[in-house]
Amino acid sequence: MPEIRVTPLGAGQDVGRSCILVSIAGKNVMLDCGMHMGYNDDRRFPDFSYITQSGRLTDFLDCVIISHFHLDHCGALPYFSEMVGYDGPIYMTHPTQAICPILLEDYRKIAVDKKGEANFFTSQMIKDCMKKVVAVHLHQTVQVDDELEIKAYYAGHVLGAAMFQIKVGSESVVYTGDYNMTPDRHLGAAWIDKCRPNLLITESTYATTIRDSKRCRERDFLKKVHETVERGGKVLIPVFALGRAQELCILLETFWERMNLKVPIYFSTGLTEKANHYYKLFITWTNQKIRKTFVQRNMFEFKHIKAFDRAFADNPGPMVVFATPGMLHAGQSLQIFRKWAGNEKNMVIMPGYCVQGTVGHKILSGQRKLEMEGRQVLEVKMQVEYMSFSAHADAKGIMQLVGQAEPESVLLVHGEAKKMEFLRQKIEQEFRVSCYMPANGETVTLPTSPSIPVGISLGLLKREMAQGLLPEAKKPRLLHGTLIMKDSSFRLVSSEQALKELGLTEHQLRFTCRVHLQDTRKEQETALRVYSHLKNTLKDHCVQHLPDGSVTVESILIQAAAHSEDPGTKVLLVSWTYQDEELGSFLTALLKNGLPQAPS
Amino acid sequence: VPNNPKSDMKLYCLSGHPTLPCNVLKFKSTTIMLDCGLDMTSTLNFLPLPLVQSPRLSNLPGWSLKDGSVFLDKELKECSGHVFVDSVPEFCLPETELIDLSTVDVILISNYHCMMALPYITEHTGFTGTVYATEPTVQIGRLLMEELVNFIERVPKAQSASLWKNKDVQRLLPSPLKDAVEVTTWRRCYTMQEVNSALSKIQLVGYSQKIELFGAVQVTPLSSGYALGSSNWIIQSHYEKVSYVSGSSLLTTHPQPMDQASLKNSDVLLLTGLTQIPTANPDGMVGEFCSNLALTVRNGGNVLVPCYPSGVIYDLLECLYQYIDSAGLSSIPFYFISPVANSSLEFSQIFAEWLCHNKQSKVYLPEPPFPHAELIQTNKLKHYPSIHGDFSNDFRQPCVVFTGHPSLRCGDVVHFMELWGKSSLNTVIFTEPDFSYLEALAPYQPLAMKCVYCPIDTRLNFIQVSKLLKEVQPLHVVCPEQYTQPPPAQSHRMDLMIDCQPPAMSYRRAEVLALPFKRRYEKIEIMPELADSLVPMEIKPGISLATVSAVLHTKDNKHILQPPPRPTQPTSSKKRKRVSEDVPDCKVLKPLLSGSIPVEQFVQTLEKHGFSDIKVEDTAKGHIVLLQEAETLIQLEEDSTHIICDNDETLRVRLRDLVLKFLQKF
Repeated sequence: MPEIRVTPLGAGQDVGRSCILVSIAGKNVMLDCGMHMGYNDDRRFPDFSYITQSGRLTDFLDCVIISHFHLDHCGALPYFSEMVGYDGPIYMTHPTQAICPILLEDYRKIAVDKKGEANFFTSQMIKDCMKKVVAVHLHQTVQVDDELEIKAYYAGHVLGAAMFQIKVGSESVVYTGDYNMTPDRHLGAAWIDKCRPNLLITESTYATTIRDSKRCRERDFLKKVHETVERGGKVLIPVFALGRAQELCILLETFWERMNLKVPIYFSTGLTEKANHYYKLFITWTNQKIRKTFVQRNMFEFKHIKAFDRAFADNPGPMVVFATPGMLHAGQSLQIFRKWAGNEKNMVIMPGYCVQGTVGHKILSGQRKLEMEGRQVLEVKMQVEYMSFSAHADAKGIMQLVGQAEPESVLLVHGEAKKMEFLRQKIEQEFRVSCYMPANGETVTLPTSPSIPVGISLGLLKREMAQGLLPEAKKPRLLHGTLIMKDSSFRLVSSEQALKELGLTEHQLRFTCRVHLQDTRKEQETALRVYSHLKNTLKDHCVQHLPDGSVTVESILIQAAAHSEDPGTKVLLVSWTYQDEELGSFLTALLKNGLPQAPS
Repeated sequence: VPNNPKSDMKLYCLSGHPTLPCNVLKFKSTTIMLDCGLDMTSTLNFLPLPLVQSPRLSNLPGWSLKDGSVFLDKELKECSGHVFVDSVPEFCLPETELIDLSTVDVILISNYHCMMALPYITEHTGFTGTVYATEPTVQIGRLLMEELVNFIERVPKAQSASLWKNKDVQRLLPSPLKDAVEVTTWRRCYTMQEVNSALSKIQLVGYSQKIELFGAVQVTPLSSGYALGSSNWIIQSHYEKVSYVSGSSLLTTHPQPMDQASLKNSDVLLLTGLTQIPTANPDGMVGEFCSNLALTVRNGGNVLVPCYPSGVIYDLLECLYQYIDSAGLSSIPFYFISPVANSSLEFSQIFAEWLCHNKQSKVYLPEPPFPHAELIQTNKLKHYPSIHGDFSNDFRQPCVVFTGHPSLRCGDVVHFMELWGKSSLNTVIFTEPDFSYLEALAPYQPLAMKCVYCPIDTRLNFIQVSKLLKEVQPLHVVCPEQYTQPPPAQSHRMDLMIDCQPPAMSYRRAEVLALPFKRRYEKIEIMPELADSLVPMEIKPGISLATVSAVLHTKDNKHILQPPPRPTQPTSSKKRKRVSEDVPDCKVLKPLLSGSIPVEQFVQTLEKHGFSDIKVEDTAKGHIVLLQEAETLIQLEEDSTHIICDNDETLRVRLRDLVLKFLQKF
């Protein structure tokens, strides 16, 4: 029995280290290869020993697919390919291929240089890993091998984010990665066609949330920033270099323009500036509006937002600074935070999720006295705001995508178990499909029943279709043919053609039955009586009386002969071939009952 | 080729221009237009449209017939022995009468040069289908159309000449006007509104994207290596494959390399858009271009490069970027003048995914893929929408100007021809291969300016074509008639034509070809429940058979076989039906039989099943097996078996089933 098997190695009832194994029609595909922000030990990477205990990764996996550049989706890639060892193809979109190595290098630096971790992947490993990457276009059908094909759809979560369809023959799985069903200031909405996969694997970060309108959140954000700078305060916005940073920059830039504000806005140099370049060069991946107007005004060339210098942090007067990283766990954002935290006029806005243990998480959970290194205690007097700008589909969006793709079943990953449970019930109720939510290491098995494509000879098909159009075709008609299976080619042809192709001759099987009738008349008259009897009885059949005295019903021949011993008995010879078996058998039974009395 | 009515594929040839094709393919109930090229060489018959009042052009003498009749002098002007129509330039459209264009389901565009007739087709023929093209093709195609409309609308011309088109008048005119074809179908340029409406019918596609048309046919664009986003197309069903090759290149310029492998195993390969200058080597031409440019500028002259706003210009700018400093030209201003110059330069930088590998990797750094970004940043290259406005303030000579239109009949180039034509210090360098440079120059004669012809056409030449055909091995090649014989001017060059076996089928404008193509198979899906019920039987080593009796369902051109319905159990309680209702449906077919019955084994089987008193007689063709007790006789021959018995159905059925055990069913 063919089946599809899915085993999350990460992101099963959890957010972080996304990594899902899919087996479909004998092909094994790994979806994403992420790290977990919440762990610093072995648990930060997916447990690849699940595969390696029975052999090499390269032998087992047909390909790896990376949905987007966020580290919880690609952070384990160099470890996986260079340290555990995988040499097969890794597929991702062009923007992901461009940006992914930069984030990996950034991640490596923080882990090795700042935290001093040993046995971490090296810069060279990142490079070697990226050499195994094959870039894919949106909607391009990539033939991984003769049978396995993949296709990317726009996901709108970050620049270059994609959903992937994995297909073998008529069986398919769609993996959404992270996606966003509402267009934002710089990206478009996720889209997929009615591809009816056997299984849709969807993220479920916001499984229970119906988010308020984006406009409200934006207005709120602008109001807070504006009020703070009006009263002379400084605003710190810790961001990750790519994604929300650009969206918020566009938001502030247009606001500054409209309000004619002069307060300086800075973003931390290096990565973010470079990041804007990627957005400019990959502008075809942004939303319609930005793409349409980029010649006149490139939205990623900011007039009001300037590069930040660390000396600026001590400048008097109001300012807005975007600084990395986003969770205040290290680097420039943390430095600036320490400088500004003591002043109640200032504000820090956290635009995204913070992992436990980070300064970001501490202040968001209300902590106002932070112990810094060297036993220093930092008192936080500045205002702390949280605003969700992460671009995940909410419950409504997830339902919308399920409706678009029309899967036969759904599997939830990348979310919290409790919330998943709620969404699972909702999906099962609304779409009447089964919905799964396996934990890490747990396997879901879905039996499939793929149809078998064969080639039907056009002659046979046309003959059948023409007869299907006849008015009496109310009863389901049976198509009869022979399936010739040679190597892997399957062809359905008419039986005659099959015989001919194989160089065989037909073996004719014929029956002749003697039916004894009490009749004293001459054979010719008996035949005539048989004729009129059958003519009356078999209205739908072609009954003929031939010149030589014999009677035919379709291709069945009936002849009357004298009985060698008994002149009061006539013998009817009913003769038919195996192809007319039913009718022949029916006729002999009918004639055995005798003929009706001749009308006198 | 005789017109074969049994052919399953027809090709309607609407354009005679081999590099600006427009064909319609009818295949499996779909009607597919392949490209929408606009033949603009017709404009060469017209006077240029000057941006600035040109006394020379407006004072050209009217042309009169030899017999002295002068009624055409308002329409026709004479310049240095050539006669030109003094009217808004007109274009030669594809045939619109050969086939009802409202029946076209889809239009496939292969590159931005081959879509210039799109508004004429989509806006004026009742077309209601979809157009498929890649994003760069659409964006750059839009720029080309925008520029063309702008060039023509910028110089309003009251006069629209039509008297000369009268057949009786036309044949009295001097060449080439006399020989111009289809002049009555020539049309003026479309409007921007029509362009926008036409482009709104385009659906964007990516390379190797499989697009289903009505469930019957699948079309896929492939990289053709010629221009940004340029494609060849595969049109296929499960058992048939047509490759449409249009404007392809194997040279390494800026676009993604050509995908040749996917063209393999085509039944028909339609080949258009080969190089128009098969004798010129593009690399050599670029070299000549640079050296002529440098020579002129060093001597204090100006260089004019008539060009399209996209395409080869990117490569030329890249060459100059490398060449400028070494040739000591760093102080010379380069101007690019076009209403779409800025857009073209900007767009070129955002299509990383459609570029060759080298350029792609630059984007990963991230740096702009084309070095003209740096030329602009360092002020070496400046671009302007037209000669009016800022340009007139910045204009310094000597300089190099890239501008259109390459026909020299409209656009800013007309101004520079008038301005610089009188000085032999200046040079005009022709790089675009679409127009004969001599004809292009004709209305500017006499000229003192130097003219250099460096046509750069990166499309396939005949050597590359024959190599390609050997590699991809199509069953049949179809191409414009121009490719099946050497060019008229080089009739001895037998190498300048397509050489393949079987010989290519050729087409010309307004012809309908029945392609040698017989469909034999169609895809059908066997549902899993039916598949499970099939009993395969190995007939020969490696070949198995299974007889199939199933119900056929057809929907949206997809065919499915489902298991036959279960026979309904006869309800015995109901009153006896009339006899006729019990008549078996003769349409339930029994399989054909094959094989032969070895008499000894057959007799053994009979004995095993309880028959006794069996007698076997030999006949000429086989044997007769007699079951004396049952008064039954079985004739066994090589290819037939005949059971003759009394009307004992149980006996007959037993015998039948024993016989069938020896035979194979089909």
